[in-house]
Amino acid sequence: MADSTQPVTAPDGEADDKSRRRFLTLATAVVGGAGVAVAATPFVTYFRPSARALFLGAPVQVDVSKIELGSMLRVEWRGQPVFIVRRTAESIENIAKGASLIADAASDQSDQPEYAKNELRSREPEMLVVKGVCTHLGCAPQYLPSVNAAEVTQPWYGGFFCPCHGSKFDLAGRVFRGVPAQKNLAVPPYQFLGSGTLIIGEDGGAA
Amino acid sequence: MSATPDDMTSRISRQAGNLGRWFNDRLDVATFYRNHLSEYYASKNFNFWYYFGSFALIVLVIQLVTGVFLTMNYKPSAAEAFASVEYIMRDVRWGWLVRYMHSTGASFFFIVVYMHMFRGMLYGSYRRPRELVWILGMLIYLTLMAEAFMGYLLPWGQMSYWGAQVIVSLFGAIPVIGEALSEWIRGDFFISDITLNRFFAFHVIAVPLILVFLVVVHLAALHEVGSNNPDGVDIKKLKDDKGKPLDGIAFHPYYTVKDLMGAVVFLGLFAAVVFFAPELNGYFLEHANFEPADRLKTPEHIAPVWYFTPFYAILRAVPDKLGGVVAMGLAVFVLFLLPWLDRSPVRSIRYKSTINKVMLALFAISFIALGYLGLKPVTPLYTLLSRIFSLIYFAFFLGLPFFSRMGKFKTVPERVTWHD
Repeated sequence: MADSTQPVTAPDGEADDKSRRRFLTLATAVVGGAGVAVAATPFVTYFRPSARALFLGAPVQVDVSKIELGSMLRVEWRGQPVFIVRRTAESIENIAKGASLIADAASDQSDQPEYAKNELRSREPEMLVVKGVCTHLGCAPQYLPSVNAAEVTQPWYGGFFCPCHGSKFDLAGRVFRGVPAQKNLAVPPYQFLGSGTLIIGEDGGAA
Repeated sequence: MSATPDDMTSRISRQAGNLGRWFNDRLDVATFYRNHLSEYYASKNFNFWYYFGSFALIVLVIQLVTGVFLTMNYKPSAAEAFASVEYIMRDVRWGWLVRYMHSTGASFFFIVVYMHMFRGMLYGSYRRPRELVWILGMLIYLTLMAEAFMGYLLPWGQMSYWGAQVIVSLFGAIPVIGEALSEWIRGDFFISDITLNRFFAFHVIAVPLILVFLVVVHLAALHEVGSNNPDGVDIKKLKDDKGKPLDGIAFHPYYTVKDLMGAVVFLGLFAAVVFFAPELNGYFLEHANFEPADRLKTPEHIAPVWYFTPFYAILRAVPDKLGGVVAMGLAVFVLFLLPWLDRSPVRSIRYKSTINKVMLALFAISFIALGYLGLKPVTPLYTLLSRIFSLIYFAFFLGLPFFSRMGKFKTVPERVTWHD
């Protein structure tokens, strides 16, 4: 009681006063800092995809029975193009022929579900399902299935060519060596329901 | 005795004087006016290059004013954005003028800022004691790039869309957090309505506020140390008995008049572009941007607007995604270090050795060449050239601490050079 009435300038109280003041300043700063961090959380999280955006990113169903041999169907999933190619037996052979040009042949550095981590990068040899988004900077690659296509530098056994920065991929979506893109075209999760129905965005937890 | 007209005038002016005094006692505008205009002394030998600071302020005002007017009719949604810009162009009275002023203003902003920055490099304006002025200027430049990038998405044309797609995916190159970071920036799995809406918020509110704040601090820091000059002479060393620098002239009226004169010519040029070539053949507004955004169809050739292309060319020159992003980031970041990389004994290019002049010229050429290459599609030749010019670009900064001291320097005079 008596202490509180003492003047703050008291010579003997001065040292105490300073350290107490420093402690109070520090404590206020720590509590205030924690408050700022907590208050910032909703504002940072506000930027993440909303419930509606997540809902619109739900799986899509595609009828693939009508795709002709050798041609490509382009569908949209999560706002991104997904390429579905029905490969011919010849183009499957060509994938093996061009293997020496490929940077990541075993898909070790690339993104795909376990069931597509194989030479043809697919669940079923005939059907290729890849995201049509260049792994360099997100452009949409062109589908150039014919051998020695004029649009690209040779050798070319058919595949995808990105016109933006010149990245090249084979018909399994595997990236060439010496191009800007480093990874193979990503494979989205997918599964077939019966014959001819493809679900993109869901694989029933299959690995 | 009735009051004569003269009495009336003097009474009014006395009362006006009283009002002025009342105001100034409460907010000291007079001192501010003296410190920053009528008794702020700048070197008397400013040349052509010294126009660009004031031009940048003019463009900033043009952008702020036209921006407010555009906001009145623009709709920041993926469904309506493109059509609302067309509506402004066709149906809103004088809408085309306001829109073209804004789009032309963006390009002019960068022309002016690049000239302003090059002036700093020519005359060593970033050297001690003006390091902070340079750094604040660089922050303005970065903020301006963010502002321009987000603004370019708003018309929701093909190039708006795919340019944003490319730039946002740059963040995806960052290891581990990259993908989550780009998703966080977009607020979606792709560039969507959500992305457009938030870019709009940044473009019209957050970034302009930061920009204006930085401009004020840039000027405050400049006025603390005073402007450099084409000779790089410190005019504060020699003062008359009143403390006024011998080579200094008051900013107002001398430089306000000079800048006003420059503004007339500059605005004439600006108007000529707005009226006769607002798209400047695809350089100011790219052709592909007159087509609405289609996220399933990539344009044949994606190039950013010209003011980003030097860095874009550096990005493409590196055959590795992360490496390219790092190189591009470094190309901008290294400019911040300029005050400490330059160790030349003189500030201005006028007194520097030949090797310094040659290197600065090579740097300028490589910057322009990269800007050109960044606009072009990828071919083996262009890639090779991009690599060569990227090397020159970085060699300039890496070599600067060494060659800036090499060669024979001229003696810097006591006073600024001046002919009567």
